[in-house]
Amino acid sequence: MNTKRIASALWPIVPILGALLFTSGLLLLFDASPLEAFQSMFKGSFGDQSKTLSVLAFWIPLTLCSLGLLITFTAGLWNIGVEGQIILGSIGASWIALKVHAPNAFLQITLELIVAMAAGALWAALSAILKTRGKVHEIFSGLALNNLAIILTNYLISGPWQPPEGGTFRGTTPFPDAALLPRFAESRFSPLSLVFLIIALVIVFVALRGTFWGLKLKALGKNPFSAFLLGVSSEKEVILAMMFCGALAGLGGAVRVLSWFDSLRQSISGGIGFLALLVVMLANYRLIWVPFIAFFFSAVLNGSITLQLRTQLHSSLGGILTGLLVLFVLLFGDPKALGLRRKKEEQNE
Amino acid sequence: MNIELREIRKYFDHVKANDGISLTLEAGKIYGLLGENGAGKSTLMKILSGYQPADSGEILLDDHTQHFSSPAQALSSGIGMLYQEPLDFPPFRIIDNYLLGRDNRIALDYKTVSAELNEYASRYNFSLDIGAFIDTLSLGERQQLELIRLLAGGAQVLILDEPTTGISAEQKQLLFSSMRKLAHDEGKIIILVSHKLDEVQELCDQAFVLRRGKLVGGSDLPCQNEKLVEMMFAQIPARSERTAMAQKELALELRDLTISTYRLTVSGINLNVCAGEIFGLAGLEGSGQELVLKACAGLLPSAHGKIILAGQDVTGWSYHRMQKADIAYVAAGRLEAGLVAGLSITEHVVLAQPEHTFFIDWKTSEQETLNRISDYQIVGTPDTNADQLSGGNQQRLLFALLKTPLKLLLMEHPTRGLDVRSTNWIWELLYNRREQGSAILFMSADLDEIVERSDRIAVFSGGVMSRIVDAKQTTVEELGHLIGGRE
Amino acid sequence: MNEPEFVRVLASIILASSPLIIAVCGETLTERAGVVNLSLDGTMLMAAMTGFVIALETDSVWFGFLAGAIIGMIFAAIVAFGSITLGKSAVAVGFVLTLLGDDLSAFLGQNYTRIPGPTVKHVGIPILENIPIIGPIFFDQDIVVYFAYILVAFSWWYLNRTQPGLRLRSSGERPDAAFARGISVNRLRYLYTIVGGSLVGIAGAAYSLDVKIGWSDGHTRGLGWIALAIVIFGGWSPIRGALGAILFGATKALATILQRTFPEVSVVAFNAIPWLLMIAVLVLVGSDITERLIMLAPQKMQPALRRWLRISPPMALGTTFVEK
Repeated sequence: MNTKRIASALWPIVPILGALLFTSGLLLLFDASPLEAFQSMFKGSFGDQSKTLSVLAFWIPLTLCSLGLLITFTAGLWNIGVEGQIILGSIGASWIALKVHAPNAFLQITLELIVAMAAGALWAALSAILKTRGKVHEIFSGLALNNLAIILTNYLISGPWQPPEGGTFRGTTPFPDAALLPRFAESRFSPLSLVFLIIALVIVFVALRGTFWGLKLKALGKNPFSAFLLGVSSEKEVILAMMFCGALAGLGGAVRVLSWFDSLRQSISGGIGFLALLVVMLANYRLIWVPFIAFFFSAVLNGSITLQLRTQLHSSLGGILTGLLVLFVLLFGDPKALGLRRKKEEQNE
Repeated sequence: MNIELREIRKYFDHVKANDGISLTLEAGKIYGLLGENGAGKSTLMKILSGYQPADSGEILLDDHTQHFSSPAQALSSGIGMLYQEPLDFPPFRIIDNYLLGRDNRIALDYKTVSAELNEYASRYNFSLDIGAFIDTLSLGERQQLELIRLLAGGAQVLILDEPTTGISAEQKQLLFSSMRKLAHDEGKIIILVSHKLDEVQELCDQAFVLRRGKLVGGSDLPCQNEKLVEMMFAQIPARSERTAMAQKELALELRDLTISTYRLTVSGINLNVCAGEIFGLAGLEGSGQELVLKACAGLLPSAHGKIILAGQDVTGWSYHRMQKADIAYVAAGRLEAGLVAGLSITEHVVLAQPEHTFFIDWKTSEQETLNRISDYQIVGTPDTNADQLSGGNQQRLLFALLKTPLKLLLMEHPTRGLDVRSTNWIWELLYNRREQGSAILFMSADLDEIVERSDRIAVFSGGVMSRIVDAKQTTVEELGHLIGGRE
Repeated sequence: MNEPEFVRVLASIILASSPLIIAVCGETLTERAGVVNLSLDGTMLMAAMTGFVIALETDSVWFGFLAGAIIGMIFAAIVAFGSITLGKSAVAVGFVLTLLGDDLSAFLGQNYTRIPGPTVKHVGIPILENIPIIGPIFFDQDIVVYFAYILVAFSWWYLNRTQPGLRLRSSGERPDAAFARGISVNRLRYLYTIVGGSLVGIAGAAYSLDVKIGWSDGHTRGLGWIALAIVIFGGWSPIRGALGAILFGATKALATILQRTFPEVSVVAFNAIPWLLMIAVLVLVGSDITERLIMLAPQKMQPALRRWLRISPPMALGTTFVEK
């Protein structure tokens, strides 16, 4: 029985416990019982069918974005602009929903999704081109484009697409039923979106593991100059990788605006883009973990909304729990790194 | 002050870089430390100057044992080392570079320090504009500054690591005269680490020779070169007999090529390389050879002139286009420029293939990788990551990734940092390429390699290419003159 | 617009830009030492909330600023610890902290929203405030503004004319050479990351205590990111960074003013100006346009111009240094 091996395998629990302890501490600070709070959150996520379906409905776009980000992370990019890409996808889908009335639902939805993906891809391409031609780091172009996307949304909501009773700044006119994704029961969850997710999962898996393009991205992410010398055109691949992610993010945006909501809203992206970045980081950039971690995040965050309704505790508690989890795992999650460092020091003495 | 090194040992994994070296150095003398690449000269001097600790052994200054924890501490004990690439700060002004780390006062005292700098400079005949920025200076000037800084810091012992690579002839004379003054007039100890026998003969009073980590002998200077060479190599190397393979067709033609960069302009290059020929570019670092190689690879644009590959004008073509036209470029930094740390050998092989399918067939690729591993004698498995390979194996991998056949192979420092076995193996691979009809254009800092391996040689000095020389008929001395800029 | 209003607008721009100037100065110091602290947005949110709450509870803005500084130091210390000691990506750690800071500040500050609180004193500097036009704009301001001026001047002097400043810069330019000179590179990087972080924290507190008084969910959101961008297009220099911050504040004010005069042109265009400007300037920074312009100047002036307009980052920015 190798104690070191056991400790190493069990180690990941430590940061998780740490996050739970810290969060509990915060709750105690506000005279709330951590046990009750977590129970509330659990009930808020899975208490009844509609809540569980809400968790699923939130999970879909979150996972779609995370899958897209796996591609950009492989290429060595920090695609902070993913929020804006979601928004542009929503805008694209909204445009079709409001302006185009196709003869049947199948055509309508297909068109909406295609335009959403194209819009997200184009918005991402802007970031990519600013990086390759303008040498602007994608963090900052993403930041600026996120804000521009929000401004565009607000304009559409308060201007050309405002509801007939006047702009309330909450959202545009609601879409006709035919334009929305078919939903299950009275919830926000659309089983069709689950189909998209599964397809996306397979595509991303194959792209990263089994295509030449995926290998090119991997080389690019690890050593751009060597990749160049080996024949990889970084300009082309950066743009393609970003567009791929933008398309998936746009698809996520379409799912948001066509099933979670029924119109374009101010906070249409719901912070999903940034959350997706956290999901991928916590998954250590490995595809197999992404859907599960995204589900966990979705459960916690939806649960914390109910928490606020019930206990007056701010719903940001969910964000705190997930954020702390990522932070502690990022800092302390790798026992080998922590142990190795000490070993190296001993060797040098 | 005198110095004694006792039984210095330093091992890097299994390599015995220093294997029990003992020697004594007296004040007022200039010593030469000789040995071929990898003999242990740099390692020993890094230990003496405090850059790294020895695994065992002692350093004694005036019979007191010393332990250096850093170069700064060594300097305060009187030992300073001048590196080939001076440890200065390009964005700083000369005066700020000099002031950094000098004392612990908060405000910078420009007045006193300017006077001090100028005084040192004039003592050794260096001319400096102390308001200038370091990145506008030439290598020789940066060296002079670093010397002054070390002397002002109290150095009684100066170690010079290959100082004459990359500086002009006048700067070299200036350096030598200042060294003579420091040793003979001021009683300091100078250690010159070099592989250039002529310079060591010219400047030093005594030489030590290292071979494979051990001190194998020494001599008072001047003496016969053969005596030193024998100790360094254990036999006098003669250029091996080899039939030339050069064919009639021209693989590469450079017509009046001019390449202009911020630092250096190379102009009017006229050069022909035949298929099957090995053409060596000699010269100091930064003299322009690398610019020519990069331009031929499409990595640098040419300002003027033409590059013609097997009769086709490829001037202005991009790197990837050149790659498709059967030109290959192998850079000197293996992991920085050529291999990807974190990717396995198989992944490299797949990436490097000129034709590829959309979906990767991993099974076939692994088989292909196994073939290449055995063909090129790479020590590793298909799953080994490039960064886990040794230097020699990385170079073999780089070769294994090259296309076959190639019209032109451009190489920077093909055997830098490799042991003799790897070096010979690499050149065997290159000879094979030559037999297939590839033209090879390479640069190297090792003159012996240039003379031994090339069919014809051109020398670069300060951006100017010399006349072209036949390797069979030239000597290291003739090349040395050409490097110095003399005809 | 008449003169008094013009002066008032400019004065308000200076006031609103001051927290940004302070944050930019702090991050400039951190990045010059070679570390990127991406957590600024979260730091400022937490510092704004904490600063306000503490100031409210203790009825003293000074404790509020102190609290803000401490928050800034804590966030920065986590970034430093994660990247220098644990060898993790500073960008990753900073990003997580940014989001955490947002959520933490919302949660912890939930009982303090939309409450009025103490504000920073307004002090006119005698004599200087009477200079026509310039006076009221620059010298009849809150103390925070004066702090910003002093900080910028001090930072410039510290970086360029002192021994510790040289050591800071050497850690960010060539850590191996600095180490050879006896400088503890990683210790300095820790120090200046934390110092820079404390300034960012002060900036956050300055916002909730002086510019947009009070606390609300997402109070300073976005400012930290803007500060990071301004460090870049200020060329990592305190003075040019301050000018960049004022420029950004001015474009925002310009947007508000233009909106009044041209109400029919939609909100979009005006709100978008600062972001479009940011992209344009960042493109300019990355391009060789400045180099081409410098080439047009007389030969003798070129090196000096290249110095003043130097926009390249510290050579070792974002790299880790392993001390042997």
